[in-house]
Amino acid sequence: MTKLIASRRQFLQKTALGSALVGTFSLPVWAVQDISGLPESMQRPGDNFTNYGQPSAHEQRVIRWISANPAAPGNGVSWSPLHDLQGTITPNGLHYERHHNGVPQIDPSQHLLLIDGLVDKPLSFDVASLLRYPMISRICFIECGGNSNSGWRNNPIQSKVGYAHGLVSNAEWTGIPLKLLLQEAGIKTNAKWVIAEGADGAALNVSIPLEKLLDDALLALYQNGERIRPENGYPMRLVLPGWEGILNIKWLRQLRLTKKPAMSRDETSQYTELQPNGRARQFTFVMEAKSLITSPSIGMILPDNPGIYQINGLAWSGRGKITRVEISADGGESWLDAELHGPILDRAFTRFSLPWHWQGDYAVLQSRATDETGYVQPTRDALVANRGRHGFFHYNAIVSWEITEEGDINHVYGI
Amino acid sequence: MFTGFRFLSAILLLALSLHSYAGAEYQTLGKPAQQLSSQAQWNLTITPDGKNLPEGHGSAEQGAKIFALQCAACHGPAGIGASAEPLIGEVGSLTSEYPEKTINSYWPYATTLFDYLRRAMPIDAPFSLSANEVYALCAYILSQDDIISPDLELNEKNLSQVLMPNKDGFVAIYPDKRQ
Repeated sequence: MTKLIASRRQFLQKTALGSALVGTFSLPVWAVQDISGLPESMQRPGDNFTNYGQPSAHEQRVIRWISANPAAPGNGVSWSPLHDLQGTITPNGLHYERHHNGVPQIDPSQHLLLIDGLVDKPLSFDVASLLRYPMISRICFIECGGNSNSGWRNNPIQSKVGYAHGLVSNAEWTGIPLKLLLQEAGIKTNAKWVIAEGADGAALNVSIPLEKLLDDALLALYQNGERIRPENGYPMRLVLPGWEGILNIKWLRQLRLTKKPAMSRDETSQYTELQPNGRARQFTFVMEAKSLITSPSIGMILPDNPGIYQINGLAWSGRGKITRVEISADGGESWLDAELHGPILDRAFTRFSLPWHWQGDYAVLQSRATDETGYVQPTRDALVANRGRHGFFHYNAIVSWEITEEGDINHVYGI
Repeated sequence: MFTGFRFLSAILLLALSLHSYAGAEYQTLGKPAQQLSSQAQWNLTITPDGKNLPEGHGSAEQGAKIFALQCAACHGPAGIGASAEPLIGEVGSLTSEYPEKTINSYWPYATTLFDYLRRAMPIDAPFSLSANEVYALCAYILSQDDIISPDLELNEKNLSQVLMPNKDGFVAIYPDKRQ
């Protein structure tokens, strides 16, 4: 069993051997004058300008993986390729999607937001008016309640990280604090819930506690600096930092203030978690702390044995900031703190890393996140013991990557 | 000239409805929407008390025909599932090794069925079913597991009275519980 290196210092001492081999030498003089080997890109003008930039042709394999119902292709998900991305901001074209009946193409001049129900005066807002309100920006993740749900299965799924855990993305959202619009309508004292409805072909409706909308909810109009794309809710969507994706209603058309929740399909028959006693957890809004190693990860191969690898990954919590991520190379027997890359933001992706000196032995890599409330990401055994295996939603257990002596990587549930 | 301009600005500002947020002033631009709010297309959500249910009625017998035409292709001929999830049967399965969350085994309120069918089904033509057709489909689905009698015609008055087998099967986690 490979233990993680005991400390950073020990790790550096080991690597010092490597740098000694490099030594110093100088280039021969003739090399400076021979320019026949210059790259082609330096010998002619490049392409013309483009109105809207696209990724390099060499990066075309970096895509959202679509998994939809062939009989109803608008009902499904697309997974963000977390294993191909770095940093913490998800590019707009790669933000995960969950649609219940396709992506509506909405003309903003025809779209209205209605705020009504338990208010002093029902109000409607057109998009042009909303664009004149004061806006704020915040970076946060949005995660589908069903993300990682293959973890409930008996056998570990052998999919790339993003295609098993990529129903989560992280973006800078800019919009109007919902508090402003609700206060403009005048909130009646008996209002407790808000029923939000989208203008898509599923007319998706969910109930949200008024308290959350008055706290930190945004009516978002921009994503990573540009207007929200159709698949993410153009012309406007709800963003409820830290709360499960289904509540962040896209294509928002109505907010109705009520005393009680609507008991809509997507808060009763879906997005509830059946427990072994036959009762289901309902209104489980917060996405608890989670982390996973995005590299090295399943589908990759460790080319050098022994070799040095930069373990890194993502951690996030719906309750606040990530305060600690630990890494194990022995399936959870020993742990070492990873470096957290700043800025560490409330309810946002935090990138972590730790260099690893692989000696060529069998290893099981894991990451474990702790958030500022003290909550520690559970093992799979603990999660299953607590919830059973039929909860389907809110799977946040530690993820294990088995490294074979050949340098292949598999998904396992532990040693 | 300069003082004149400032005077004019002051007059304009007074005429507008001004608010401030975090120190920044802004103009409130919401339009009165009392009338909009009362229109049917802005009252789609049906709550467990039956509020917003449209007038209409339908029987299980009528519903069976509509089901065969509109639902069976995806949900299977008897609603036991195909490319889309099962809707009927499996009542009492929730504590078994292989629980099945059908409408009849899992959904706590019959009103949710009307709400969802009308807004989302059939998936290629949401809002295409008439109120009578939706009541008929509800009657067909619910009668298949004897939740209602096959002879009972459902309407805007009695749908909210239907007692679903799993009515008490949910525990609210918000706002107090964690884990």
